[in-house]
Amino acid sequence: MNLKVENNILFVQTNLDKFNVSELKEQFLRLKKSRELQGVSVIDLEAVQEIDSAGVALLDSFQELLESEAKLLLMRGASASVRSLIETFSTTKLEFVEVPKPTGLWETVGESALNFYQMMVTALTLASEIFYYSLVGIFSRKTARKGSLIQQAFILGSQALPIVALLSFIIGFILSLQSGMQLKNFGVGVFLADLLSITMVREMGPLITSIIVAGRSGSAIASEIATMEVTEELDALRMMALHPIKFIVVPKFHAITIVMPILVMFSILVSQIGGAIIAVGVLDTSFENFVARSINILSIKDIIISFSKSIWFAWVIVIVGAFYGFQVKGGAEGVGKATTSAVVTSIFAVIVFDAIFSLLYL
Amino acid sequence: MSSIKPVIRIKDLVAKYGDLTILKGITVDIMPHEITVILGSSGCGKTTLLKNMLRLYEPFAGSVHFWDENVLEMNEKEFDEVLKKTGMLFQGGALLNSISIYDNVSIPLEMHTNLDKDLMDKIIKVKLKLVGLSHAMHKLPAELSGGMRKRASLARAMALDPEILFFDEPTAGLDPITSESLDALILTLKKQLNMTFVIVTHELASIHRIADKIIFLDSGEMLFCGTLKEAEKAGIPQMDRFFKVGKF
Ligand SMILES: Nc1ncnc2c1ncn2[C@@H]1O[C@H](COP(=O)(O)OP(=O)(O)OP(=O)(O)O)[C@@H](O)[C@H]1O
Ligand SMILES: [Mg+2]
Repeated sequence: MNLKVENNILFVQTNLDKFNVSELKEQFLRLKKSRELQGVSVIDLEAVQEIDSAGVALLDSFQELLESEAKLLLMRGASASVRSLIETFSTTKLEFVEVPKPTGLWETVGESALNFYQMMVTALTLASEIFYYSLVGIFSRKTARKGSLIQQAFILGSQALPIVALLSFIIGFILSLQSGMQLKNFGVGVFLADLLSITMVREMGPLITSIIVAGRSGSAIASEIATMEVTEELDALRMMALHPIKFIVVPKFHAITIVMPILVMFSILVSQIGGAIIAVGVLDTSFENFVARSINILSIKDIIISFSKSIWFAWVIVIVGAFYGFQVKGGAEGVGKATTSAVVTSIFAVIVFDAIFSLLYL
Repeated sequence: MSSIKPVIRIKDLVAKYGDLTILKGITVDIMPHEITVILGSSGCGKTTLLKNMLRLYEPFAGSVHFWDENVLEMNEKEFDEVLKKTGMLFQGGALLNSISIYDNVSIPLEMHTNLDKDLMDKIIKVKLKLVGLSHAMHKLPAELSGGMRKRASLARAMALDPEILFFDEPTAGLDPITSESLDALILTLKKQLNMTFVIVTHELASIHRIADKIIFLDSGEMLFCGTLKEAEKAGIPQMDRFFKVGKF
């Protein structure tokens, strides 16, 4: 039996098309005769995946057959495509109701956990592809266009440089002002150089730079890829036997890997200038002394941490940007969403990674 | 007749977007050196058919043979070789927006050949001349009209002298004269270069000019495959309506 009555709901458990409607109608009449349809006011179409005009006619006739009992049939659980077909072909006015599935707390939790898991799998797959092709790309000549690495590096660097410089200077200045006053109260103003140097090299330099680059270049990567997806440019690349990851992402990956450490170094230097102004102007340290202390306090380990942080953060930014770019759905609006998500997520991820790093290499 | 082998054999191709089935098992052969036109109302899955046979979306089920080899079983490298022998003109042009149309045409040559600069330049210029865009070659796609963009995209699709060209509505949005000259270009390419074409189009005039075979799609199924003459006599209501309404 393809029709079943349960709790006053008539369940249709098959597709409805011209080949089975006659039989279903007989079933329906039998049910009606045996009075099983009494009280039925809802037809559940959840199991119906396909329906044609004959199927819709059948639903219409169900409605008419029950009308004699003065009942209005409501359709529920119809998929979007089934529903649109019914709305096109129905001659009587079939009414739809949405029946929200009862979702318990655990189902909701489970579902979002599953979604998160799937997202992580996609992101990790993408990350591994990016790493793989970036590695291969170093040795093979023809993955991207000539000159695109230099071009990308230049764009990335020159975009971020002014604002990195300005922000680093301000932060170096403020940090020194705040902590310099405290140090002076204890009579150890000379230590400002040590303090600032360590903070900037190990923490603030990579962090500030990454946040700026995430905002600038991470968003640019996401929006570029998303736009290309929406305008079929990615498909066009595929048709030219080119691989979007190799062609678009890898040059950016290489460029950012080169540029980021330079930007971080630059950020640290500029912040020291801000610090030096306070040290010389307010704390009466000599400039030479400040510079010497700043350099002497640093160990090789500090520099390695700074360097590896900057590269890791750079990779996080590219991968997150590319991830949201490729994930884009639905036209120009989707591009905006992808870009926003990319920036928010990459800044979040950079800070989380920073915390992990700091815990690992205390 | 029967000794000619089809270049593309599609069998029971099922295409889905998520849970939504768009193509419900398409089986069709595309013959070499012919112009096959895919017809059907908007949203019936024509673009989807092209994209699935070219693996721009992975088909849900079925098989697609290009030159007797199942492309769905190929790895990426092997399929790249097939793609190099095909070209596609997308519905919206799909040119890379950040570079000039000259550079757009040069990409396939740069990436897949070892030609020197001079030869490459000559090839690019010939292709652009063929589509009548010599005067605009250093413009960015955004500075072109819709029709020019389509023609530029055609030049790019032809860069590597493919054996099969796929067109998604090449003449939609073009004026009748430009569209006729595009058709003439297609016929020339077919005759002179022995190319095979698969073309999605709605335009009756264009169909009459170029079609060797017609495939008619309706709600995810193939209702007809044959010549234009056969199509007019086939007595398939949906298709008859298509031809009748289009006449006016
Ligand atoms: N990326 C997608 N995700 C989900 N559904 C899609 C997607 N692309 C197309 N569709 C759906 O698939 C169906 C077929 O689309 P397709 O683009 O193949 O139509 P078409 O025959 O090319 O139409 P047109 O003549 O208007 O170009 C449409 O109903 C459309 O809504
Ligand atoms: Mg289309």
